[in-house]
Amino acid sequence: MQRADYVIKRGFFALVTIFVAVTLNFFLFRVLPGSAVTDLARVPHASPQLRHALTVEFGLDKPKWEQYLIYLRELVHGNMGISFNYQQPVIHLLIADLKNTIPMVTVGTFAAVVVGVSTGVLSAWRRGSPPDHISTNLAIFAYAFPTQWLGLMLLILFAGILPAGGMSDPFLFVAEPFWQHLGDIGTHMILPAGTLMLTAYGSYTLVVRSSLLETLGEDYVLTARAKGLPVRRIVWRHAVRNALLPMVTLIALDFGYIVGGALLVEVIFSWPGIGEAMYTAIGQRDYPMLQGGFLILTVSVIVLNFASDLVYFRLDPRITA
Amino acid sequence: MSLPLQDPTLAAEGFGLPPRRAGFFLGVLRERKAAVIGLGIIVFFIVLAVVAPYISPYSASAQTCAVYAPPSVHHWLGCDDGGIDMLSELMQGGRISLVVGFAATLVAMIIGGGVGIVSGYFGGWIDVTLMRITDYLLVIPDLVFALVIADIWGASLLHVILVIGILEWTSTARVIRAQVMSLKERVYVKRARAIGSGNWRIITKHILPQVGPLLIANTVLTVAIAIYLETALAFLGLEDPTVTTWGTILEHAFERTAISSGAWWAIVPDGLVIAAVIVGCFLFGQAIEDALNPRLKVSHLSLRRWRPRTLAGRGPDAV
Repeated sequence: MQRADYVIKRGFFALVTIFVAVTLNFFLFRVLPGSAVTDLARVPHASPQLRHALTVEFGLDKPKWEQYLIYLRELVHGNMGISFNYQQPVIHLLIADLKNTIPMVTVGTFAAVVVGVSTGVLSAWRRGSPPDHISTNLAIFAYAFPTQWLGLMLLILFAGILPAGGMSDPFLFVAEPFWQHLGDIGTHMILPAGTLMLTAYGSYTLVVRSSLLETLGEDYVLTARAKGLPVRRIVWRHAVRNALLPMVTLIALDFGYIVGGALLVEVIFSWPGIGEAMYTAIGQRDYPMLQGGFLILTVSVIVLNFASDLVYFRLDPRITA
Repeated sequence: MSLPLQDPTLAAEGFGLPPRRAGFFLGVLRERKAAVIGLGIIVFFIVLAVVAPYISPYSASAQTCAVYAPPSVHHWLGCDDGGIDMLSELMQGGRISLVVGFAATLVAMIIGGGVGIVSGYFGGWIDVTLMRITDYLLVIPDLVFALVIADIWGASLLHVILVIGILEWTSTARVIRAQVMSLKERVYVKRARAIGSGNWRIITKHILPQVGPLLIANTVLTVAIAIYLETALAFLGLEDPTVTTWGTILEHAFERTAISSGAWWAIVPDGLVIAAVIVGCFLFGQAIEDALNPRLKVSHLSLRRWRPRTLAGRGPDAV
């Protein structure tokens, strides 16, 4: 019963957070001083009549709370407005972008987790040895270098060897077999996903290392040792499984950071995803796109956080509300 | 969060008690090599930033050599796209980047410390409300949020500082809140209240001095995050276009085809100094945090105490 309470509590929190995000998304753009959309009616050299007509047309003459309700109603219907730049519904544009972002971010994050866990386990296992020092120091530096710098470094190192931008080769015939297109996207993905991996794996290494060290000091590890189990089995089957629990929380907390990293990576490698779309929107003062992108990214991070809560809950039977 | 003083051995050794004097920091420096290295790096860059105008070889804004001239005897780190000496530009950029880092951290420290103390001390609905806000800020992607705010407010140095400060106070607030919650139950606080001290006096005289070191430990890590975020915002073009920071140097190199010109010297040194400062903050902050967190010590103790013989690894720390 208590366990069900936990799920309900976390779910409720996620819903409230989404609501706050939605509300903030409205007020950030409309109410704060210097807000963007209210300036829309201030067209240069416009006559007062035109200005007034624009204000009425966009509903900016209505009280704020009414505008807010209209915004909520439209959002529920999936309407995020029309992009100033593309003259198309924001939601369609952003969903298309999201489809490009998700594979790249998934591959990058997955690679970061694999590299982070394996180097972290190696470090803890061989604590104080040269491999430990090398992998720990590498992790600290990977963590410290700015994402955009790592991306530029990869660009310099692999210039001419791997494609430096975009998601696919524009000269590849549509008629080519499916696997060839997949391979094309794959090679384009190596550098962006690699940058994301480099920027994210460092903190995983450090956390796995300290968590595993702590676990190796537990009594049940001593018991396993006393039973005469081989070291490899003790480390992998007894210690690592428990030491990885904090990783779930860490990865969840890292989603926000990874989304930020993905934004930078997409800008560097011209990956046609949602981060690149937001970057373009800034340059073109395309506020509906910016607003939509912010909302989609924030809500995805909240949902992923909730999902990781559920995973943690599933993995650790000790958790109760 | 903080360990209650139930375990007499822990209490005897002073674990779980917040450190009181500046002597604590000297102790950390004496015990931990990483702290010395970290502090050394930070101090080095601060000194460099202060004396930069006197020792920088060339102007950081005027053209003194050819466009993307490679490193030479006269220009150790080469030149950028405007023919400006890279070394001078890095020194000048460091001044602004450090100012942004520390100023944003100050904002974060004031908000985070304030929220943490108020939340932990008063509890009740104030605590619930403030912690919900904190949870929300912890969850949302900070770079995306900063990007949106900086764009709406307009690109300026002050806005960048404020945005970073407003975003990065959450972890400080949580740590401080936990500490204050245990502090306000201590006997001396109750005694102070019994003899008629008001809330304000208790907070300023009895609580604030106790959470000080914790606040500073968190602050050091926040400086690293602030500098990191500044470079990202600058890279996305949201920094004041008239200033030079470590972030704008990278942005210019990227925007103005340093890569296709093969001008690695416009990119590599910049990343190295940013990473050096961040590693310095990380080492120093982590060392203070390790010293403050009693749980880490306990786990390390158990690691050694239960060692029958070498299970894995080598050296004194082997399992």
